[in-house]
Amino acid sequence: MTCLIKNVTVVDPKNKIHGTMDVLVKDGKIADVKKGLQTDGDVVEGKGRVLVPGLVDMHVHLREPGCEGAETIDSGCRAAAKGGFTGVACMPNTTPPIDSAGTVRYILEKAKSSACRVFPVGTISKERAGKELAPFGELIENGVYGFTDDGSGVMDSGLMRRALEYSKMFNKALMPHEEDELLSAHGAMHEGGVSTRLGIPGIPRAAEECMMERDIRLVKCFGGRLHITHVSTKGGVEIIRQAKAEGLPVTGESAPHYWTLFDKDVNFNTNFKMYPPLRTPEDGEAIIEGLKDGTLDAIVTDHAPHAEANKDVEYNVAAFGIIGLETSLGLVLTTLYHKKILDLEAIIERMSYGPCRILGVENQGIAKGADAHLTLIDLEKEWIVKKEEIVSKSKNSPFIGWSLKGQVVGTMVNGIWTYQINDD
Amino acid sequence: MEWKHKHLLTIEQLSKEDIEYILETAVSFKEISVRSVKKVPTLRGKTIVNFFCEPSTRTRMSFELAAKRLSADMLNVVSSSSSLSKGESLKDTARNIEAMKVDMIIIRHSMPGSAQLLADCVSCSVINAGDGPHEHPTQGLLDAYTIKEKKGRIQGLKVLIVGDIAHSRVARSNIWTLKKLGADVTVVGPSTLIPAEIEKMGVNVSYYLDEEIPKADVINILRIQRERQDRNFFPTLREYIQLFGVSEARLKNAKKDLLIMHPGPANRGVEIDPAVADGPYSVILDQVTNGIAVRMAVLYLVSSVGSSKKVKMKS
Ligand SMILES: [Zn+2]
Repeated sequence: MTCLIKNVTVVDPKNKIHGTMDVLVKDGKIADVKKGLQTDGDVVEGKGRVLVPGLVDMHVHLREPGCEGAETIDSGCRAAAKGGFTGVACMPNTTPPIDSAGTVRYILEKAKSSACRVFPVGTISKERAGKELAPFGELIENGVYGFTDDGSGVMDSGLMRRALEYSKMFNKALMPHEEDELLSAHGAMHEGGVSTRLGIPGIPRAAEECMMERDIRLVKCFGGRLHITHVSTKGGVEIIRQAKAEGLPVTGESAPHYWTLFDKDVNFNTNFKMYPPLRTPEDGEAIIEGLKDGTLDAIVTDHAPHAEANKDVEYNVAAFGIIGLETSLGLVLTTLYHKKILDLEAIIERMSYGPCRILGVENQGIAKGADAHLTLIDLEKEWIVKKEEIVSKSKNSPFIGWSLKGQVVGTMVNGIWTYQINDD
Repeated sequence: MEWKHKHLLTIEQLSKEDIEYILETAVSFKEISVRSVKKVPTLRGKTIVNFFCEPSTRTRMSFELAAKRLSADMLNVVSSSSSLSKGESLKDTARNIEAMKVDMIIIRHSMPGSAQLLADCVSCSVINAGDGPHEHPTQGLLDAYTIKEKKGRIQGLKVLIVGDIAHSRVARSNIWTLKKLGADVTVVGPSTLIPAEIEKMGVNVSYYLDEEIPKADVINILRIQRERQDRNFFPTLREYIQLFGVSEARLKNAKKDLLIMHPGPANRGVEIDPAVADGPYSVILDQVTNGIAVRMAVLYLVSSVGSSKKVKMKS
């Protein structure tokens, strides 16, 4: 299959391109990148659009196996493709969890026919129970890209020490869900003036910050590579900044809801409930600062689909998590790019190269001979997030009704369009 | 003025004028409560459901009497929170109750926001009789009514709320009511039971009861739950009593016209000494009496909107 994307603005910091040209894709690879290319095959007019290296979301819950009512590998990957993602790392808190070769193989088999690449992440502990080390070697052999007990913190410091030490042999990152469950106990939103007003039990910032500090200390003492997931606090950003300044192999990620929504927005709406919880505007500012200066390496969604039955309940007992794949880039462009906080190069770094580097996925960008993973964007297109247009099986988005500027018009994985907007 | 709220879910959502209007309306209903024939036909033909998912004898009885004195038909639905731990069944139960064509549901539930959740899923009026630690609006109102009845005003009074502020809906509804009416409110309790950033609700915070007592016009003492001790909010009940128990000795420097209040049921000998509960400052039983009048006023006003018939009150 051949496809020529003509007159498109190619932006790729790695290959130092920022200009209008043509991109020819042939047999899954980028055949050429320059002006005035011709083809007998398909032509996509790219005028007024931007072509960037395929976006990768390194924190996604695909829910399969075990919770197919909320999402499947197929539906989640279609949602990802619509959001411009050419790859997603799927978290292992499935049923069964990703703690054995069989489950990894099951996921990769299903992913073969899906709309984007899937990079499974294995558990740190067997059965995600926080007691015994999962078989890292076996998991890596079968294709996992990192380890986490996401959904639960690793409360056992001794286990975390061994996990970090053991991971050194494989050079894969541990990506713990930083939560001291004794500090967050029974909490359902950020602990502060709003939780006090609503009478909702609070989750203090310390619940995640204490665990980050513990894990960074463990890395310092015992080695291993640490990727800090879903940072929500100003203190968390500062902790990672310090660790990086010391030269430790520590990276970090955050998600758009942490700088666009805050505790004051919660008001018993369960689509505003997730872990870590929405914090305050001051935390949001610090996260943006962390994305600017590179303290935070990746923008993720923590896409967490939940069936309506688990959200349409009292706030305290509702499931944690929101979907995000289809709104992530729109939010980033609206709140960071158009506000001139991050340029496209920085956004590509945080949404493509950064995640790939942490996962250990090769990403050559838009270069001759590279695998054709591409995201085509209309930066100026204004659109409204509509519930009926959500592709994910679950609709638990707090952004329904938001007006965004900047939309994905096409997503290509291995040279094949996995998503293309219907042009009028 | 015209009453326009179909539900009573929180005091936070009410204006100062709304609160004053309820309190004024309650005055005329209190007159009824002291007559020999205590019944008026105001809500004849209306059906009100007391939907209590948490044990509470006092509040349920108070609402029941209020409804009966207004000639409404009252049905009690008592359900344990354990069988209703999932909101789905809360909603299901509520919709079932509503299908019986009731005019109003009074709900008590252990989860904050549950009254709002109910109001969002049924078409009848909803009155919050306590939603977890969030709010208990009629308690806030009856406390304000009692203070106003005894003191003639609320503006400028110094009110202490003492005890477990963190888990108390009574504290929150009192804070909103009293702040809106111009009182100076101080919350007093162990630092572990003063919730984060409560100053943002416009109150002062103190950990030292003895320093606050001489300045106080009103002390509202909250019930302390013994279970809190198990979660390390304080080491022993004995130490709690030493620091925050309101005893006669502690009141020796109190103002002569101090009011002692308690939403009940009191742990006598714990947060309040029996001599104080039964002493000269205590208005605890007045609170119980006034509770009925205030709830009659609330049922009356809310039902006037629920049935989309506007009421004009002499004011
Ligand atoms: Zn997590």
